[in-house]
Amino acid sequence: MKTKQTTKTTYHIPIGPIHPALKEPVAFEFEIDGERIVDVDVSLGHVHRTVEWTATKRNPIQILYLAERICGICSYCHPTAFALAVENIANIEVPERAEYLRVIQAELERICSHILWAGVAAHEIGFDSVLFLTWQIREKVLDLTEYLTGNRITKGIITIGGVRRDITKEHHPKIFETLNYLKDNFEKLRKVYLDDKTFRMRAQGCGILTKEDALKLCAVGPTARGSGVKKDVRVDQAYFSCADLDIECITPDVLTGEVNGDVYDRIIVRLLEVKQAIDLIEQCIDKMPAGDIVSEPKVAKVLATLKKASGEGIGRMEAPRGEVIHYVKLVEGEEYPFTWKVRAPTYNNIMPWVPMLIGEQIADIPIVAASTDPCMSCTNRVAIVDSGKKYELNKEELHRLSVEKTRRLMA
Amino acid sequence: MAKGLPKSFKKSLWAYHINSGSCNGCDIEIIAALCPRYDVERFGIKLVGSPRHADVLLTTGPVTRQMVDKVKRAYEQMPDPKAVICVGNCGNTGDVFYESYNLVGPIDNILPVDVYVIGCPPRPEAIINAVAKAWVKLETLEAK
Repeated sequence: MKTKQTTKTTYHIPIGPIHPALKEPVAFEFEIDGERIVDVDVSLGHVHRTVEWTATKRNPIQILYLAERICGICSYCHPTAFALAVENIANIEVPERAEYLRVIQAELERICSHILWAGVAAHEIGFDSVLFLTWQIREKVLDLTEYLTGNRITKGIITIGGVRRDITKEHHPKIFETLNYLKDNFEKLRKVYLDDKTFRMRAQGCGILTKEDALKLCAVGPTARGSGVKKDVRVDQAYFSCADLDIECITPDVLTGEVNGDVYDRIIVRLLEVKQAIDLIEQCIDKMPAGDIVSEPKVAKVLATLKKASGEGIGRMEAPRGEVIHYVKLVEGEEYPFTWKVRAPTYNNIMPWVPMLIGEQIADIPIVAASTDPCMSCTNRVAIVDSGKKYELNKEELHRLSVEKTRRLMA
Repeated sequence: MAKGLPKSFKKSLWAYHINSGSCNGCDIEIIAALCPRYDVERFGIKLVGSPRHADVLLTTGPVTRQMVDKVKRAYEQMPDPKAVICVGNCGNTGDVFYESYNLVGPIDNILPVDVYVIGCPPRPEAIINAVAKAWVKLETLEAK
């Protein structure tokens, strides 16, 4: 019998921008050989809302609320980083109490974000009961956030030169009640995520990012720390009252004694960070000095000061997903900033997707992609994509891709 | 509860969620509505993975230029009778992004919206109320 000569070819799978496994619009193009992924291409730009451009028509106080809406999950760290940059330019001194209050809010957001992520990760591997378990715990944290700031998601608590609401003695019982609830449930979560067979099977040895790759691709936050890179803005360049607190970089070897850089390690880092955040909030409440919560409560006066200010400023902060950097330039006599640039952590964490995904199976795509906790709405201010081939993503390109896809569907 | 809602429903409502450039705020509140605290799944309301299975389209976000055709396509793929719910201020009016050059929204320029949910983001209670209102519309359409 004559054997048929077959040439081994790879085929392409487009995923997104709208796909049930993705919560946000992002498009992937996978090159598949059998079940293995050979190449990955990521296209961004679907959530481009021209936030930075809009900001050149708003005054700094208005921008705080615009920055809040860059991302609903990191709705605290963006305005804070912006406020840091502006305070940097105008030399606004933030009262010490406000610095502690800012750290408390930042850590609350971290707990919220990490628990949310844990739920999404469980959902991605089909473990929906854990999604419900984690989100039930998260509701308690949201209750506390609402109690302290007045809102569940967009908090509106930051202002330039301080915060807008104080935490008084009356708030303490509710805070400690929630923290104790979290501590009680932490053990439950730890058991589910670290000891459960399902999680171990799917997460261990999957989506490996080596330390070299993490350094080379400038991964940040839990993604970098999961690969053993000790990088944390709270430690490296302490902002607010972080210098007074007992913070350590969390890498997976704290718990297991070794670093693999797989999905499991990133789960460990995030879980331990929840515990760390609870501890930090307690430390803050303990050490918080009395005093003002804002350097200048009158908004008009703040704006007048900023109108006179001139120069460039940078705000760096450790957001739940990693380091966020805001760059602002103010010009004297102008009410609106000359420019504002946001570098969200997901921008750095998208590049590591390529080494993580290559060689994995198609079914591992959701959990590996989710393991960096991607946030497209943070990232889509940038339209240049570099995935080995380097090309600029513009409207024509997108249109061409769209037309191609339609043709493929029609054929 | 929404006016005109019957005591029993003829069928359970399946929703399809499309993110047209939102900030995630509304999206996580939609998921929160499905989770144990609010738990709409006990009424049979659930999120489905394909617009072809859905009765209700939940849209979030101000509709960026890149997402217009995708939003339209998802809407066209849904079987009749269908209802559209716009969740969040930015889909309704543009909100803080109103002057952006990359927006085609508000969403009612693109799709016929049945229920508008305001809030940035709206609370899960508001989203549940909106779904109940969409239910009324679908039930009345079916009665005709």
